[in-house]
Amino acid sequence: MTGDELMRAEAAKMPVPEFEDPAFTRPSTPLSAARVAIVTTAALHRPDDDPFATADTGFRALDRADRALAMGHWSPNFDRSGFELDINTVYPIDRLEELAAAGTIGDVAPRHFAFAGNQPDTVAEIRLDTGPRCAEALRHDGVDVVVLTPV
Amino acid sequence: MCTLAHVLEAAGLATIALPSVLPVAERMRPPRALYCEFPLGRPLGKPDDPAFQTDVLLRAFSLLDATEPVLATHPEVIIADDQPMACAIPPRYDPELPAAVDEALGLRAAYDRALARRGATAVGKAVPADRVPDMLAILDRWAKGASWKDDPVPVTPIAVAHDIRNYYVEAGLELAEGPPPGARAAEEWFHSRTEAGKTLMAARAALREQGAPTPLWFYMAAGQR
Repeated sequence: MTGDELMRAEAAKMPVPEFEDPAFTRPSTPLSAARVAIVTTAALHRPDDDPFATADTGFRALDRADRALAMGHWSPNFDRSGFELDINTVYPIDRLEELAAAGTIGDVAPRHFAFAGNQPDTVAEIRLDTGPRCAEALRHDGVDVVVLTPV
Repeated sequence: MCTLAHVLEAAGLATIALPSVLPVAERMRPPRALYCEFPLGRPLGKPDDPAFQTDVLLRAFSLLDATEPVLATHPEVIIADDQPMACAIPPRYDPELPAAVDEALGLRAAYDRALARRGATAVGKAVPADRVPDMLAILDRWAKGASWKDDPVPVTPIAVAHDIRNYYVEAGLELAEGPPPGARAAEEWFHSRTEAGKTLMAARAALREQGAPTPLWFYMAAGQR
């Protein structure tokens, strides 16, 4: 079994949180007028920001202009070389800038956000604390649409 | 990621997730998801391929037209490459040093070029790049019978393993030839071609034999190893 096959099989067996009556938000503006942000669970951070701890439930803000980013994820079970070659493989910030310049999306958000994907099974902190705080920051920045990327 | 989709959506944001594991997406049902069967760690599929990455994003954005939760699938499947990337290994320089230590010292210039190009590094969970050779010296001693408790590493063996592997991957990508290596090709190069990879796995086995707690050694390398 390859590394990806094993991890997909293991992930499929893991317990997942349940969301009763999940929300569904229709975008209030057309895509061509929407401000778009990326939220990634790749544990990206600026070199001068706090690195991610092993059980870090927090998030880090990434400025729109940041390209020198480190991947602070603690799992050894996925490829990191794609990100090292081209950060857009995980964090497609340059693609968003191009889509904004072409008028496909309205604007690129001034800040983007990174969490660590390896979380406690309950994900209670993200549900009740850090997730809502990140949402607040996105709303503050006038974001309409969020693209979520894992590793 | 799927949890965040629900949390952000509940706060009035329209989200689109790019999940990599279909059964998890099916169970967690994020509001809008484009399942991409790409190598884990490459959610946009292909490095240095802007057209492909843009296509993924446009397919994702098209889900904003949906009037109810939607889980779509990207039509292309990309399989990780488990063949080692083509990359030169530094020649042996100081035979007095353990082979992995000598090798790591020889890769330093390539690592520095990678750092200068990228402006960031994943090395530093336990030690800076300067101390990676020292860490390999300790792992080499573990592999040869030294006690991991009497001859410890800073932070944890897992953190040290990350630093060693990231140092090698970042340096190795600077030296690799040809088109961008497939996913896992750098990892495979590290484990099958480098002295550091062999030393890390020997140290991992030594920790297991010395009765170290399983989480302490198991996560020093990918699960399939």
